[in-house]
Amino acid sequence: MSLSLFLVQVFNGLQYGLILFLIASGLTLIFGIMGIINLAHGAFYMLGAYVAFGIAQSSGSLVLAVLGAVATMAALGFVIERVLIGRLYNRNHLDQVLITFGLILVFDEAQRIIWGSDVHSVAIPPALSSSFQVSDIMAFSYYRIFVTVVCAVLAVTMALVIQKTKLGMWIRAGASNREMVSSLGVDINMLFALVFAAGAALTGFAGAISVPLTSVSPGMGDAIIIISFVVVVIGGVGSIKGAFFGALLIGLADTFGRVLLPQFSSFLVYAIMAGVLLWRPQGLFARA
Amino acid sequence: MTAAPEVLVAGKGLHTYYGYSHVLHGVDFSVRAGETVCLMGRNGMGKTTLLRTLLGHVRARRGTVHVRGEDMTQARTSRIIRKGIAYVPEGRGIFANLTVREHLVMAARPGFDGRNEWTIERVLASFPRLSERLTSQGTNLSGGEQQMLAIGRALLTNPDLLILDEATEGLAPLIRQQIWFVVHDIKETGIATIIVDKNVDVLLDLSDRATIMVKGEIVYDGDCDTLRHSPDILNTHVGI
Ligand SMILES: Nc1ncnc2c1ncn2[C@@H]1O[C@H](COP(=O)(O)OP(=O)(O)OP(=O)(O)O)[C@@H](O)[C@H]1O
Ligand SMILES: [Mg+2]
Repeated sequence: MSLSLFLVQVFNGLQYGLILFLIASGLTLIFGIMGIINLAHGAFYMLGAYVAFGIAQSSGSLVLAVLGAVATMAALGFVIERVLIGRLYNRNHLDQVLITFGLILVFDEAQRIIWGSDVHSVAIPPALSSSFQVSDIMAFSYYRIFVTVVCAVLAVTMALVIQKTKLGMWIRAGASNREMVSSLGVDINMLFALVFAAGAALTGFAGAISVPLTSVSPGMGDAIIIISFVVVVIGGVGSIKGAFFGALLIGLADTFGRVLLPQFSSFLVYAIMAGVLLWRPQGLFARA
Repeated sequence: MTAAPEVLVAGKGLHTYYGYSHVLHGVDFSVRAGETVCLMGRNGMGKTTLLRTLLGHVRARRGTVHVRGEDMTQARTSRIIRKGIAYVPEGRGIFANLTVREHLVMAARPGFDGRNEWTIERVLASFPRLSERLTSQGTNLSGGEQQMLAIGRALLTNPDLLILDEATEGLAPLIRQQIWFVVHDIKETGIATIIVDKNVDVLLDLSDRATIMVKGEIVYDGDCDTLRHSPDILNTHVGI
């Protein structure tokens, strides 16, 4: 493998890893803080992509498409939390899995009714459609660079909000003692609804911004939810930091696996998960 | 004669259940602005349940809760609290995953009338011990430090009423003394308090009014002096 090929793969792996982080961070927060296993998180990714596709089709603007997808998913996430998820906090995980699995079926069917079963694609916006030539055969796509930068900025922003702001402290405190947080005058139900909505919005954003890179297809949420759970488990359930490193690890492993060991690539991430769990059964950054 | 101070919190005819178990049997309980009230009673009599009912953590099946004259029987806890109430729960409610500084920062806000008397600096001045532990995680604190943090955090919400459940339970005598000292200071600043504790003598010296709860009913509600001179009441209902 030449150096330039190596660099391009590292870059692609990081870019994919950051997308995975946006998805897995919501999943791990919602599980770690609210104790909810949300199987429908991948459906949010799929819906974000489809809404973006729909808006891009009619308006021709990818920016509008991404913003519209984020707003739609935030609103949908908020409503779902208020109407359904909010009732599940004191229920066992089986009930949660049943309800959120039911949501997958509903969203998949809605997607088929609205957009049909065809595979669609959206062109990269002209301004970013060229690429940065590394060598005669290797290039970094400007759009991928753009996605990477945006995702990295989002990841840093999220870390700052959670670590440094009052809102972040309320969220973390809510994970250890909900009743006490409300005893300090914080509307914990509203706070959790906002966290859930933010998780849905981030995932919808990941889906929307990936549209020009991957195609838009039915079932795209199912693949991503599995890999996102792998990331969450590797990182340590509930840990944002763990989700970050887990996502980068899986992003790189998956990307290199496809290049170096194409026949084993789908197996590789699970082998890594098994390896990490043998070494650290609670994941890389288990919460105390 | 001046008008009596405003009633901050009033529970009327409260009946609270945990599932089938009927814990409060028609409790009337109220506190006025600036008043220090102690709530005494043996273990399991329903003191904590009464406080949690007033704050909306558990709902009374019958009866009403009014805060500053407004019916709050069905209100969310956060709304009740934001009318100027702070709560230091039994067990202290320290967050395992937050530092001491974060506990203080997350709680700080102006009071019901916009007052900002309690700042982080003032809390740290009242509890010098905490300033040495600002970066420690909540769970790494001793029991006394946790209680100081819980009280400091409560004060940072600039409350008009401070509710202290088991103010000194499980603390060493010296630390207890410190806590009582601070509670006394808080009383002097005019903040009303509801105090639950097992130290009857301290409570009677500190409080303006005493209440005793037996099996989910208030059996005594009156001045402290009468109680001090009625060892029989104390013996039967509180046990000293
Ligand atoms: N969450 C709960 N679920 C079921 N029963 C409860 C619960 N909390 C308290 N109880 C029961 O309600 C009754 C009153 O309890 P409560 O904690 O209010 O008493 P207390 O006067 O505060 O006692 P202590 O002095 O031990 O703190 C007890 O019989 C207790 O076992
Ligand atoms: Mg109690």
